[in-house]
Parts: sequence; structure tokens; C-alpha cells
Amino acid sequence: MRYSCDLGGERHAFGSLAHVLACASPARSGDELAGLAAHSAAQRVAARRVLADLPLDHFLNEALVPYEADEVTRLIIDSHDAAAFARLSHLTVGGFRDWLLDTVTDAAALAAVARGLTPEMVAAVSKLMRNQDLIAVARKARVVTAFRNTIGLEGRLATRLQPNHPADDPLGIAAAVFDGLLHGVGDAVIGINPATDSVPGAATLIHMLDDLRQAYDIPTQTCVLTHVTNALEIIARGAPVDLVFQSIAGSEAANRGFGVDLAILKEAQDAALGLNRGTVGHNVMYFETGQGAALSANAHHGVDQQTMETRAYAVARAFDPLLVNTVVGFIGPEYLYDGKQIIRAGLEDHFCGKLLGVPMGVDVCYTNHAEADQDDMDTLMTLLTVAGCSFLICVPGSDDVMLSYQSLSNHDALTLRAMMGVRPAPEFEAWLDRMGMLDAAGGIRALASGTVPPLARLVGA
Amino acid sequence: MTSEPPSPAPTLQDIWTTLRATTPARIGLGRVGNTLPLADVLDFQLAHARARDAVHAPLDADALAADLAPLPVVQVCSDAPDRPTYLRRPDLGRTLSKASFSALPPAGDGCDVLFVIGDGLSATGVQSGAAALVRACIAELHGLSIGPVIIAWQARVALGDPLGEALRARVVVVVIGERPGLSVADSLGLYLTYGPRPGRADSERNCISNIHAAGGLSPAAAAALLGRLLRESLRLGLSGVDLKDDAALLLAGPGTASAYTPIEETPSR
Repeated sequence: MRYSCDLGGERHAFGSLAHVLACASPARSGDELAGLAAHSAAQRVAARRVLADLPLDHFLNEALVPYEADEVTRLIIDSHDAAAFARLSHLTVGGFRDWLLDTVTDAAALAAVARGLTPEMVAAVSKLMRNQDLIAVARKARVVTAFRNTIGLEGRLATRLQPNHPADDPLGIAAAVFDGLLHGVGDAVIGINPATDSVPGAATLIHMLDDLRQAYDIPTQTCVLTHVTNALEIIARGAPVDLVFQSIAGSEAANRGFGVDLAILKEAQDAALGLNRGTVGHNVMYFETGQGAALSANAHHGVDQQTMETRAYAVARAFDPLLVNTVVGFIGPEYLYDGKQIIRAGLEDHFCGKLLGVPMGVDVCYTNHAEADQDDMDTLMTLLTVAGCSFLICVPGSDDVMLSYQSLSNHDALTLRAMMGVRPAPEFEAWLDRMGMLDAAGGIRALASGTVPPLARLVGA
Repeated sequence: MTSEPPSPAPTLQDIWTTLRATTPARIGLGRVGNTLPLADVLDFQLAHARARDAVHAPLDADALAADLAPLPVVQVCSDAPDRPTYLRRPDLGRTLSKASFSALPPAGDGCDVLFVIGDGLSATGVQSGAAALVRACIAELHGLSIGPVIIAWQARVALGDPLGEALRARVVVVVIGERPGLSVADSLGLYLTYGPRPGRADSERNCISNIHAAGGLSPAAAAALLGRLLRESLRLGLSGVDLKDDAALLLAGPGTASAYTPIEETPSR
């Protein structure tokens, strides 16, 4: 197929489908670093014109990453649901954009086509959509998952409590858990990034988190974000593993860079399911992703970073995860340069994940060498909450003292709940009420300094 | 965790005072409405401002050269002409500018060890700590020949590869400013590469990270560790994942996370 159009008297031609997609992407430093970005603003619009007229089913006939060379492509093609795709098969990418925005296209319609969509179709249509379009459509989509509570219900926003410590000190971690719970944070997961990634270290922390959870019968799940092979070993040793975590990306080679393949993820899912620890559901996997992961592993196959990111969601959905989040500003300014690029990428990732049927959350974050600050995070957290984001990550005072980057604060969760009326997962909300932490309006009660909350026993007080 | 409350019962303020000793995390900050008290907002902004200033401050290479005297010094630039380009294009920070390459002194018979001081992501840290760190390292390397100390602008770790090759160094040691965090903005890292030449992978380097005065590794401890590693590297004729030390060593690689992520490391979560 030829990819070209005439725009204002100038002819624009593109050498391949990957070239069209890369040039159609909103500007970002990672595509410039890879030498894939549009060389002019006009070329970017021309690529969007070309993309708008492409039939959706073209993506089923032309693989961006070769089928023979890549197990992620094989997963995408072999698991494609032709019946679910049937109602969209006559559309162009531009027509698909209009169908998504049509007011008659509701949550049920989106869910019905999810398995008929490939990541490439979803990435393509996102490039034709403004930020408000990404928000409006994602807001209509519902992806509901469950373990000890239910994530993704309408009007709900869950939070991951991230109590990291630079030396994995158990009391220091417990102190940060206490801080998060007092802000009503932690229904998505209480999840630690360990400073030292080892089997004994992770097992110690898993036992500690499970003890904390059981001490107050908290209806949530815990996780130590250690490598999947460590999690398998820890499960074999009998430790109380709720969720198995892994970082994933959109190509076989990039996943190999993370030390994983689809087979090991399946083995881990089976092992965690075998523990049968969920009470209201059995979604046992937790994945993190982020634009730029494939390029940084030199495993992007000449494909733009947003399309590669969306392919990671196809990997995720094959394992029925409880939680998936993009760590949107973590990887650095060579991939997403500033607040504008981070905000756009966060909205794209959330939209694309939701459309594919993935329980999408976001780590709204940035590093100190990016052109971004807390004002940008305020904007993105607000937009994502309007978009119906499944969960956000919170750390005390926005400062992750182990990973040295800034995320949302526990206070930001309070602000979003008060400002947007979003509530925690229902089982967790009922627990907060039992603990006397909700005020009459359903907000988190502020504690007087002279009082001691019952939860203080968590930290030995 | 399940012990009975001591008597008399502590207040919440007492509990936070105790807990703050267990973690540098910003816990127990208090609330104004649904958000943070202003003092905590401004504390955070100051920490972020210091980290940003550390990223963007230019390295005063002449002052650093004076700090290094009487050690011979050569100043070079990478292909990244300025900070914005450097931040967007890590590839340009890994190659030596043509002008710098042609101005290098003759390699002669080469040297055992070449030190390259690069600004990296914290010129502040390099300005204040690199000279003392290099001196401490050289003191651990009796009997080895040391090349001129290279001071490199807009440098990534891999800039040591073309420099080490051009000056025929058996080992290149890159001293570089690490990505600033909110708590520490002047941390340094040391990267050792045996047989430097362009194309070396990160898995062929050893990293000693987190060298700073605020609870990090001291220059003396880092230098002692480097000395052991470097002699072992010369003995084995390699560096990287196959070179180990008994001391707790932060190796860059998959599945490893350190308190201060080495700047060239793919983020590992």
C-alpha cells in the first residue's frame, strides 16, 4: 500500500505503516531520539490525514513487528477476536474515531469490541484524538477487576500506597503504610518497590505486609514489586503472595531485556492463582509499563514509542491483571521531555489501555531532570480522574525516597476525592467507615493532634 | 506490631516524632483542608529547586582544574552543545566532539588508569566533590600509571570509552554527577570500564553509586572499593557483571535497584 497525501500543494509520502504512525504521533523526545518523529509540524498533520483514511483491517494484514520474529505480535494476531471486530471491520481509522466519540457508543459497546481491537488500531486512533477526546472516550469505558476488593467501578478511584524505603527498613515501611492508610490510600494495592531485589529480602517484606493487612483485616492486596522469577521462588517457599508483579514492554526483545517472556508470566499467574488468596475475585497479576521502555532496550523495531507502549497492554490483558499502570514520567526527558509531553502520554496510555480492556492506572510522576513540576502533576491527576482512571499511585508528600522521583501525595488523593466526588473501592470504603475514618460526607476525617487512631497499633504505638 | 500501647498513651504527635526517625519519607505532614500545610509545600519546592539547579548548573571546569592541581588536566566537550540537547539526546553525550578529539594530547605508551570527570546530571556534585574523590582514588592506586585527568562537559558515562581508547588506557574510571533526588542533589557515581572503546555495553562496567556526604558512601570508602575492583579488573582482564567484590557493590543491571538509580540505568521498577 502507498501512504501519501497532498496537503496545501505539497506532496507527503511515507515509506511504511510504521513511518505513518510515528509521524502522526504528537511530538515527543523519545521519537526524536529514535529518529522516527515527523520532521515538520505539517508532515505530522499529513501523516494524520493518511492515517485517517486507512481501513482498520489494514492493521490485521500488515504487522509492524514481524510475526515470525516476535511472540508479542503472535499473541496479538493469534488472540484476535474476529467476531468482536466484525462491527468495526468496515471502518477507517478516522471512522473509528467518530464511532468512539458517538454518544450512542457506551460502556457495553466498548466492552463488546475490546477483544476485536489490536494495540496498533488503538494506538493509531489515539493519534487522531485530542486530549479531550482521549478523556471523553476513556470515561465511557469500564474495566472491572477484583481480588479482595473491586477496582474500576463507576465513580470510584483507587490508590496504590507506595511505602518505599531506601534500606527496606520494615518499621520505616510500616510508618509510611500508616501514613497512607490515615489518608484513606491503599485500596488498589499496598505495594513496595524493594531497594534490594532479592528472594529473602522480598519474602521478609511480603510477610510483613501480610501481617499488617491481617492485623486490621484490611480488604486490600499487598505486593512486593520483585522480579517475576523471584515471586515464583517466594511462592514455592510458601510466602503469602497476593499479586505477582512484573515490568513489561511491547516486544519480545524488550521483554527479554526485563528477563521475562510470555511463558514465565503464564507460569507466575498459574502459581498465584493456585494460592487462591482472592476473596471477591481472582485477578492476580500487576504490571507496570511506560513509553520508552522498548527504545531504551533497543527493541522498538523502528516503531514509535506510543505504539510500542500500547502493544505492552496486549501482553498485560493476556494474563487478566488486577492492575496495570504506566509509570508515565519516570523514564526521563529523553523519552518525555516536559509536562506537556508527560500529560499527553498519560492520557494516551490510559485511553489505549482501557479500550483494550486493561484495568489501567497511572503513576503520575516526573524526575528532576524533566521540565515538569507538581503543577503538571495536578493537571494530569485531575484529567485522569475525569477520564475515569482505575487507580493512581501515592507516596508520602509526593517524594519517593527510594526511587528518587516525585509522584502524587497521599494528600492529592484527599483533594481528588473532595473535588471530583470519587470514592475508594466499595469494600475498602466500608472498612474505612468501620475504622471511624470517614466523615459525614464520606471524606477522610482529619485527626486532631491529641487523638490516637486505632490504626496506630500498626506501628507499635 | 501488636504490642499493647505504653502508658501513658502517646499522642499522635508523639507517634510521628518516633516514626520520623525510621524513614526519610515525608510522613505525618498534617492537613489544611484536603491539602498540605504551606510550610511543607515550600519545603518540597526548595528541595525540588535545589535538584533542578543541580541539573542545570554549568560546570566551572577551570575552577575544578585548579582544585585538581598539580595533577595534569585536559578539558573536553561531548557532541551535546548545551544542556537542553544533552537532556534530550543521551547519544550525543556519549561521543567526543571533533574539536576535543583533535586537541587531545598524544597517547604515547598509554596508561593503566584514565580518570574522566563528567558533569553528568549534577555539576553541583562534581564541582564540590570530584577533585577530592579523584585524589582519594589515586592514593589507592600505587604502582599504576595514571593518565591526565579529563574534565568533560555535557558527558554521559560512555564518553569515557572514546577517551580511554584514544589515550590508550587499560581501564577508564568515569566520575560523574548522578541524577539529583529531593534529599540529595550532589551525589557522585564511579564507573569502571576495562579495555574502553566505543560500543562497550553497560553490563561491561562496574558502578559504585551514591557517593555523597548526606548518609551516602564516603570518598575514602568509595576509593578503597574502586582500588580493589580495579586491581582485580586488571588481573582478570575484564570488567562488568563478571567482576565482583565482597563489599556490597551496586551493579547496574536488570533486576537491580539502588537507592540512587545510576543515571544511565534503564529505570527498573
